Amino acid sequence: MSIIYMLLAISVVVAIIFFIAFIVSVKKGQYDDVYTPSVRMLFDDELVKPDPEKNQPVNKVKSS
Amino acid sequence: MKSCFHCGEDCLEEIINYDGKSFCCSGCRTVYEILNSNDLSYYYDLEKTPGISPKINEGKYDYLENTEIIEKLLEFDHDGTQIASFTIPSIHCSSCIWILENLNKLHKGIKSSQVDFPKKKIRLSFSSEELNLKNLVLLLVRIGYEPNISLDNYEKKDSNIDRSLIYKLGVAGFAFGNIMFLSFPEYFEINEFWLEKFKHLFRWLMFTFSLPVVFYSGKDYFISAYKGLRAGILNIDVPIALGITVLFLRSTAEIVLDLGTGFFDSLSGLVFFLLLGKFFQQKTYSFLSFERDYKSYFPIAVTRIHTVNGETIEEQVQVYKIQKGDRIIIRNEELIPMDAILIKGKAKIDYSFVTGEAEPVSKSSGEKVFAGGRQQGGIIELEALKPVKQSYLTELWSDEVFKKDKNSAFQNLTNQISRRFTYAVLSIAVLSAIFWIFYDPSKAWNVFTAVLIIACPCAIALAAPFTLGNILRIFGKNKLYLKDANVIEQIAQIDTVVFDKTGTITENDRSRIEYEGVKLTEVEKQLLGGSLRASNHPLSRSLYEILDKNNISTPEHFMEHTGMGLETSYKDLNLKIGSKAFTSDTGSSFTEVQVMDKKARTTVHISSNNQYKGCFSFHNSYRDGLSELFQELDGDKELIILSGDNDGERSRLSQIVPEATRMLFNQRPGNKLQFIKDLQKSGAKVMMVGDGLNDAGALAQSDVGIVISEDVNVFSPACDGILDAKRFRELGNFFDLSGKAISVIKFSFLLSLFYNIIGLGFAVSGNLMPVVAAILMPLSSISIVVFTTLATQILSKKLKK
Repeated sequence: MSIIYMLLAISVVVAIIFFIAFIVSVKKGQYDDVYTPSVRMLFDDELVKPDPEKNQPVNKVKSS
Repeated sequence: MKSCFHCGEDCLEEIINYDGKSFCCSGCRTVYEILNSNDLSYYYDLEKTPGISPKINEGKYDYLENTEIIEKLLEFDHDGTQIASFTIPSIHCSSCIWILENLNKLHKGIKSSQVDFPKKKIRLSFSSEELNLKNLVLLLVRIGYEPNISLDNYEKKDSNIDRSLIYKLGVAGFAFGNIMFLSFPEYFEINEFWLEKFKHLFRWLMFTFSLPVVFYSGKDYFISAYKGLRAGILNIDVPIALGITVLFLRSTAEIVLDLGTGFFDSLSGLVFFLLLGKFFQQKTYSFLSFERDYKSYFPIAVTRIHTVNGETIEEQVQVYKIQKGDRIIIRNEELIPMDAILIKGKAKIDYSFVTGEAEPVSKSSGEKVFAGGRQQGGIIELEALKPVKQSYLTELWSDEVFKKDKNSAFQNLTNQISRRFTYAVLSIAVLSAIFWIFYDPSKAWNVFTAVLIIACPCAIALAAPFTLGNILRIFGKNKLYLKDANVIEQIAQIDTVVFDKTGTITENDRSRIEYEGVKLTEVEKQLLGGSLRASNHPLSRSLYEILDKNNISTPEHFMEHTGMGLETSYKDLNLKIGSKAFTSDTGSSFTEVQVMDKKARTTVHISSNNQYKGCFSFHNSYRDGLSELFQELDGDKELIILSGDNDGERSRLSQIVPEATRMLFNQRPGNKLQFIKDLQKSGAKVMMVGDGLNDAGALAQSDVGIVISEDVNVFSPACDGILDAKRFRELGNFFDLSGKAISVIKFSFLLSLFYNIIGLGFAVSGNLMPVVAAILMPLSSISIVVFTTLATQILSKKLKK
């Protein structure tokens, strides 16, 4: 039954990993603008047919 | 009436047909052309008429060639890649996002662009070899997205966003969830074999999780309580900090001495809920700024001229670089950044934003002009008298009223309650402890701490944030944007409302024009239209706006006499348009009695073939519903009109507003500030409603300063709230709702007291189980949240239409 120590340790570690992921995402500014991405998401499908010669328009923007 | 395919405005003056679509002006058509030829017409599919009519004034951005200014505006500049951010007030729909994020199709120099819609900002990364900053800005201007570049951009790079509340909330939520899981087994199974074996491990894990909650997430409560105590105030954070401390110490003692599980679940839950309330209250309108001063109104650069070897050189200079004695050039619609003397040109300066005077002022060379005025008309040349920072207008900002924090002095409702509450809780705790010392001494300590734990005013502390947070959002939906939730409590206490006149109770762009005198013939009207069209005088422009533009005869002869008026002729008709002296010194037969009483009012007189005809008089046009609003507020509140303008409108105003309204005219910005101060000294709670820089002092001094704005995105002075001018009529309802919000908070206090009494019953009798605390505390908090949300929604129905 000492396996419970193991399980406990794993569950706490998993929880802490997610917690760190949350903190990092806040720090990177992912929650600073919660509106624009919801609109931007809808554009990706509906890009106007790009000319074959021209480069595929880049719609995704690197996060800062 | 056709409306423009690009911007959706009605095509008033002319209709341009292009590509089977109609446009209201060539600017709109050009934008369409640019977008269409670059495969960007999807812009028009996303939203109907998303466009903004561009205002092109290309010379305006010449200063973006100045390397020093460029350097300040760029965020990043390395290896041919530059990054710049701009605020673009005209961003308003999803089409805007789409077009701005596809700018790379318009110019291959643009690498990427990202829009932050709530902040109305765009961040552009571009190749400096293919595109310079000036051309980038011009590109934005040409498609109608003019960025807002002011002196403010020059000063601070970017402010750090304070995210600590989110971190604290995250920590508390994380710990709360985990502790709940760990404490769950012990709620029900008391003497189970496996549980007995593991419960010590579980307890110490809970203890570990609670450490960051107490020492990180909850630290603000300790700091605030300490500050409060030192200042002699028992604010709401004192009982909260006490509760947290007792919870933590007793729980730790219990697990160390192996007496029980402790209250770590309630502890983390408490902090989590409290922070949630704080977070909810912290609604910010990121696209608005409530802290603006003259810097966001002033330009970043001006044109300086100097003569070298008889040659005149124009250069763009950062405004702070301008010294006394420098010559500068101000063009049409540009702002005068410092006090100066007019050297050359016809100055027609609009001070409405600075002083509240409705009409532009004419100045001739040699006269002084003041910072903050906007030139209307041709180019003028000025000699600077003082550097920017010492000008009359900017000096106003050094008044101490701008430095003090209004909120610190305000004692809010929660803190008023908390004083009595803390005393009550402490005495109950002590009394019940004394009782148990005699009855069963072993339980005395237990009861004492249990009372402090269960009485921790979580629900009380949540009542105000949730009520006010909700009201704040409802106000925001109705276009009253408040700085923070405390302002609502202050609005509820207001008993005196002071209004500015120009721009606040009058409309900015529309003044009402009336004609009095002999009726003009058709021919005269046609020539009048043609003559006015040719003139750049602001009065001519506004008069021209109201005339019929379809039948216009172009004058054959046209003369403009500075400061006097126009003289024009067409065939055998000769018209004089201008001041009374100019038109009536020509052997007038018209009796002037009728115009005598209007001397303080702005008028344009007409005479035809030396025959005086009559005059157009300009009235301020008052906002719709002004009279009704004043009637509504009258009696309840003292109403005062405080104007920087002359008293030409006094008689007309007194017909509109209730008799009791006091009116003061010719008030300088400093007078206004002093007036508010005097009112407050006599015990009044004052709300100042204003619009311009001239009200800035009064807005800062008043208990609540509200700015009326035709367009909430353009500059407004520092204030506590910004109200959309269209909702001016609703001001009474906002007062009403604020008052009701306070009642809701009071009811919530009663409700939470009820929970406290139940909890105290358990605590005083000495059988507070951890599970009871763990149920009671979230239950009371959640019911307060539900109650306040429902109540505010129901109360706000009146505002929603």
